[in-house]
Amino acid sequence: MAEVTANAQSQAYSSSGWRKFWADYSESPLAVVALLIFGSILFIAIFAPFVSPTNPYDLTTVDIMNSRLPPGSEDFAGNIYLLGTDGAGRDMLSSIFFGLRVSLGVGALSGLIALIVGAILGLSAAYYGGRYETFVMRIVDIQLSFPSILMALVILAIFGKGVEKTIIALILVQWAYYARAARASALVEKNKEYVEAAKCLALGDRRIILNHITPNCMAPLIVVGTLQTAHAISLEATLSFLGLGLPVTEPSLGLLIGNGFEFMYSGDYWISIFPGIALLITIVSINLVGDQLRDMFNPRLQR
Amino acid sequence: MAPILDVRNLQTHFFTKSGVLKAVDGVSFQIGAGEIVGLVGESGSGKSITGFSILGLVDAPGRIVGGEILFKGNDLTKLPATDIQKMRGSRIAMIFQDPMMTLNPVLRIETQMTEAIQTHDSSVSKDEARRRSRDALGMVGISSPDERMRAYPHQFSGGMRQRVSIAIAMLNRPDLIIADEPTTALDVTIQGQVIHEMQQLCRKTKTALLWITHDLAVVAGISSRICVMYAGRIVEQGPNDVLIGSPMHPYTNGLLRSVPSQNLRGQPLQQIEGIVPSLLNLPPGCAFENRCGRALAQCKQSAPEETVMDDQRILRCFNKVEQS
Amino acid sequence: MTPLLTVSNVSRDFIKSLDLVAKFLNRLGQDHREEIVHAVDDVSLEVFKGEVVGIVGESGCGKSTLGKMVAGILTPSEGQVRFESANKSDDGPPDDLKTQMIFQDPFSSLNPRKKVIDIVTEAPIHHGLIKASEKREFAIEMLNRVGLDAEALGRYPHQFSGGQRQRIGIARALAVSPELLVCDESIAALDVSIQAQVLNLFAKLKQDYDLTYLFISHDIGVIEHISDRVIVMYLGRIVETAPIEAFVEQPNHPYTKALLEGVPRLEIGQRDYEPVSGEIPSPLDPPSGCHFHPRCKHSTERCKTVRPALIEIAPDHFSACHLNDSD
Repeated sequence: MAEVTANAQSQAYSSSGWRKFWADYSESPLAVVALLIFGSILFIAIFAPFVSPTNPYDLTTVDIMNSRLPPGSEDFAGNIYLLGTDGAGRDMLSSIFFGLRVSLGVGALSGLIALIVGAILGLSAAYYGGRYETFVMRIVDIQLSFPSILMALVILAIFGKGVEKTIIALILVQWAYYARAARASALVEKNKEYVEAAKCLALGDRRIILNHITPNCMAPLIVVGTLQTAHAISLEATLSFLGLGLPVTEPSLGLLIGNGFEFMYSGDYWISIFPGIALLITIVSINLVGDQLRDMFNPRLQR
Repeated sequence: MAPILDVRNLQTHFFTKSGVLKAVDGVSFQIGAGEIVGLVGESGSGKSITGFSILGLVDAPGRIVGGEILFKGNDLTKLPATDIQKMRGSRIAMIFQDPMMTLNPVLRIETQMTEAIQTHDSSVSKDEARRRSRDALGMVGISSPDERMRAYPHQFSGGMRQRVSIAIAMLNRPDLIIADEPTTALDVTIQGQVIHEMQQLCRKTKTALLWITHDLAVVAGISSRICVMYAGRIVEQGPNDVLIGSPMHPYTNGLLRSVPSQNLRGQPLQQIEGIVPSLLNLPPGCAFENRCGRALAQCKQSAPEETVMDDQRILRCFNKVEQS
Repeated sequence: MTPLLTVSNVSRDFIKSLDLVAKFLNRLGQDHREEIVHAVDDVSLEVFKGEVVGIVGESGCGKSTLGKMVAGILTPSEGQVRFESANKSDDGPPDDLKTQMIFQDPFSSLNPRKKVIDIVTEAPIHHGLIKASEKREFAIEMLNRVGLDAEALGRYPHQFSGGQRQRIGIARALAVSPELLVCDESIAALDVSIQAQVLNLFAKLKQDYDLTYLFISHDIGVIEHISDRVIVMYLGRIVETAPIEAFVEQPNHPYTKALLEGVPRLEIGQRDYEPVSGEIPSPLDPPSGCHFHPRCKHSTERCKTVRPALIEIAPDHFSACHLNDSD
């Protein structure tokens, strides 16, 4: 039965890899909506200086007189603040746009480096095996047995605040997840006959790992990558909220939430709530995209 | 005598995103009590789907869209799903290529066997069920069945697992067993053993057996009738010696001629050119036409109907092979 | 004449070593042993240029492990695999490329993310046998040899049927101009009508390019058809090697006989199977003496203790069975 349907599918999709990818992906309308939302967020983050109504960090445009205006208010110059302003009189909407840029940037950059580091360690561990593999995987086990927030707090406490330091902390917290995923799929791939064929053709270890095994392990790594990036963003937000992550000069969403926190009891909810909602939407949309990718690449759920 | 199973013009289609896939398209055959019928075909010929259809195991997007499956006179296609389920495992049993499809890995063989008996007949006592299970294991050639019953499936070798699944299939004395590639995964000497047990069982218990396989040589050894399937249809069926001795359909003929042991050593094998067509876009004519050396103009336009020949053979071909 | 391939006293063990817990429990007086599988146990054979040597055996007999050692994918635990090229030249491909392997599973033997052109030309370019600029013509030439046309070049493996993929795998091997092809169950996964096509292709390539084959299969019909000489293996050891005529007509070893009798054959027609009894023992714990003795009708006390040697019972016909001992 599976044979027949698989046969039909392979015939239907033989035209283009991307078309097949999209056909599978678009089976869940929720995932498509999530992808659209995530795409818009990404667009806003990349082009924040152009899409924001004002530049919240340009001191010449910020007026302390406009501080803590509720959403929808208008100032004396006739500017409308859709989401209100914060304690320093900055437009919340613009702050959120710029905050997204920082949050996504830090999350993606740390995720990417962690992916590279983790993949190299995981793939080489699987390929060479033996003591090297045991050594790498025991470190991974130890690493994964600590709560990531605790790890990050300790690292930042040692190194101090700063963008690079936060990124380093996030990499150190995350690489083990990638290493574990990379090793698991490389163990499957390395026993496949095409790898034996490559050995038989004397292509050399480096070429076999990079050109043959790695491309075939990318699918699960991309899934882990999306989900981990969401995790990194929320972790960074937590750290910044606690005042340990990014410096005030690079305000991320977490820092915005933290800034607004002191005004919560005075009823100025918007300063904290709106960055919070932005963070929530970002993380949920990334997770939904990641879930769908995971389902697509899971052979057990293959239809 | 009325046949145990009488399949008439069975059609099972799959409604996929890319179109209607006619996996089984007009299949008819009969099996009498104690008879072994071989259903032979290549991958994608629809032979397994025929088996699944009889068992009522066709899943969406597949559906039986036409024809009748008469089992002891009752049309299975008209019965509600619950009745078929009751029949499955008691009156009709199945054996698959991978025995782990029927065996539960976390239960002892004993538990699985006694449960199989008691679900279908709750009046049987635990001891009686156990005794019958032990006898069934003994019948399929498992030594010290008492001890083996306490084991889990993973403690058996592949051949032993297949014997256990045969024993489970035989437990409720079914009238019909459908075996889908039961020996394909086994080694030669073990395959011989399993075929031997099945042969003996069918003879003793008068169970009808449908043996689905890609291996002509296996069915040539055990079955009384052979059906050859190609692209969803039985292109030729007939008594064993008639079909193997003088195949009339060019496909059957080609298959037989391409088996290595039939040919002289060192000579090239006679081969069927081309590949099995996609079931999605079958031509209006005979599906074998593009690979057939004997194709006529009319083969392209219309599909040949089943014709009954003098020697009890049923053939779908406009230009049959004449054996010299 | 020197043989193309000499395998001398080769063994290969697979060891599942103890983990920390088991080692610790051993300290406390428990007895946990390492699991050792002697997949190939002291095997010697020679293959001469132009021969087709068939290796048959059931699962666990070590035929695939032996094939992988010959192809250089696995290294032997003991013994030597020597390849002596028949036409040595300084600018030709290095010797380790002269033995290539054709695999069983046409679906996992090709890298799913590479185009056919790259699958075929990667190795020759890597080893400097051809220039990158000749890539296209070279790939077309290789595909033509195996009966595919240039249209296949830009496509991915999943766009082909099983038989076509197997042809691509053969083209990949031919691309480094091998002298010996190890075919490990290379047609077992294909449909009957496609098997004949690929077998014929093997025969044609042998003629055209002077190839020598080590043909590994469980299918005795196929082995009988293609081989000049047959090696029968059981649980890691060679039990009999014979020229094809002797293998078919006068098999000597009881296991070979059982194997030949168990094969379903079209010629025989309807029949009662009378199979050899017993399971194939686990290679983890093979029987003592002659591995086949628990299943053998003729076994004696001696078979249980002494491993029979492979002795020549007729010209070129060797068998490892105590029944051949003259006294």
